[in-house]
Amino acid sequence: MAKRFVSRGFTGKRRDPEAADRLPPGQHVTPGFPVLSAGPTPRISLDGWTFTIEGLVQEPVTWSWEEFLALPTQTYVADIHCVTKWSKLGTEWEGVSVDTLFEHVALDPKAKYVMAFCYGGYTTNLPLPDVVGGKAFVAYKYDGRPLSPEHGGPARLVVPHLYFWKSAKWVRGLRLLKEDQPGFWESMGYHNHGDPWKEERYRGD
Amino acid sequence: MDESQADPNRALMLDGNAAAGILQEIFALEVTASSTECEHCGHEGQVGTLLAFVQSPGFVLRCPACEHIVMRIVETPDAIYLDARGAAYLRLERRTL
Amino acid sequence: MESSRAGSDLAVTRPLEWQIATVTAIKPETPRVKTFTLALPDWMKHFPGQHYDLRLTALDGYQAQRSYSVASEPERVGEIDLTIERLEDGEVSGYMHDIVIVGDEVEVRGPVGGYFVWEASIGGPLLLVAGGSGIVPLMAMIRHRAAAGSAVPSRLLYSVRTPEDVIYARELEKRRTNDAGLEVFYTFTRAQPPGWAGYARRIDRRMMGKVVRPLGKAIHAFVCGPTLFVEVVANGLVEIGIAPDRVRTERFGPTGNTG
Repeated sequence: MAKRFVSRGFTGKRRDPEAADRLPPGQHVTPGFPVLSAGPTPRISLDGWTFTIEGLVQEPVTWSWEEFLALPTQTYVADIHCVTKWSKLGTEWEGVSVDTLFEHVALDPKAKYVMAFCYGGYTTNLPLPDVVGGKAFVAYKYDGRPLSPEHGGPARLVVPHLYFWKSAKWVRGLRLLKEDQPGFWESMGYHNHGDPWKEERYRGD
Repeated sequence: MDESQADPNRALMLDGNAAAGILQEIFALEVTASSTECEHCGHEGQVGTLLAFVQSPGFVLRCPACEHIVMRIVETPDAIYLDARGAAYLRLERRTL
Repeated sequence: MESSRAGSDLAVTRPLEWQIATVTAIKPETPRVKTFTLALPDWMKHFPGQHYDLRLTALDGYQAQRSYSVASEPERVGEIDLTIERLEDGEVSGYMHDIVIVGDEVEVRGPVGGYFVWEASIGGPLLLVAGGSGIVPLMAMIRHRAAAGSAVPSRLLYSVRTPEDVIYARELEKRRTNDAGLEVFYTFTRAQPPGWAGYARRIDRRMMGKVVRPLGKAIHAFVCGPTLFVEVVANGLVEIGIAPDRVRTERFGPTGNTG
């Protein structure tokens, strides 16, 4: 096997030794908050914004922005991990738990998976157990301020225990499914589940 | 132009030239000068003119006219994934400059 | 050692493979910009405007990769110049500026890009518009133009913040005197040289109209620099009557080279 070339003296971004046990394998801490996007920022007016839960539910439900803001919220502090290897520890969010949203629908017993869908067309799929029990929320505040458009505002899904591509920006709803369907990146070689602690980055990992 | 109003995503945006390396690796032909037609709106242009979002888990190339996705490319350790369904065609020319 | 390639066929190329180049010279151009000369074991004639991908690998396998335009003309056989701006948090540009010394090896792949390309055989008139480090691929065109003995009417409009940001300043001064048919215009957007009587603002439609008019409408225009700069200039050229397919663009991202 050919010996791989190594660039003399190149170490790349190095992990902060204090954070070492909070970091999943292959990750490093970043001071900034990188903006990663597959397209231009969707410009969404709050007047027209809605959030919908549909699919395998007895009756779909839709909230307007004002109605959404009236839902009970929580603050969250979470470590987030991007598949491109940066992590941010202790990020602060405010938003509505997916558990709270699900209180407003009757889930069909056949519903096992969730597809998050977004303004701009992005999608990502998750098993239902990964979004309930306090594991996921729809955030509209980051670091005490309204979530900026570049980072997914007005509202984004946040699922900190999975790679951050699952935390869909500009989210506008969740669709309950019987069978799993790969979303935008899952259909292009990324791992279907995306657990950073098992380093589930790519299909086949 | 007021740059404070500018979308940071747009400032990070590149063009099809940024995908020249990976595309040539896939096609073994020069691709950025090749022409393509957007499946969605019919706009024709050279791959070098596509809007490229590379700050993401993969490359996303969009039509400069309607911004629909023309191509997606992901590099994993073992493979290259290519989705070119957004292109009605890709015309890879055999020619001398 | 030069490897000769039959013909100058742009479209059909060899399979793109990484090769290990040796740094044979490092030249500071401005406080934040350096030119690296790389000797390539498998050099292939490039077209002015093309770029190479450069890849760094750490001991643990971690890799970082960026693209850099070739600054040198293809007439310089066996080696290429990459002019790289050091970005504040630049992972690759930081390594190139702070660690690399003459004799070091770097992995590169190329040349790539067939869209943003000019060769003397294409002819002119030629309009080159550069923002900051966007001058790099356009410099390859200017250098090649002279080496090929071309005298087509050509104008470079180069936008920078301050005089110390002008890359290739002395060479451009020589060329505007010596290269037949080449004119160079600067616009300094933040601070101007003492006694400066030229442009001192961001490129706008009025400036473009004045610079472009003597070349006529049937020009080949190349615009390179930060993304927002390129969009303003390209749109402006179309507004003053240049056909869109005569304007070729290369976006460098928010501040210049991508890393």
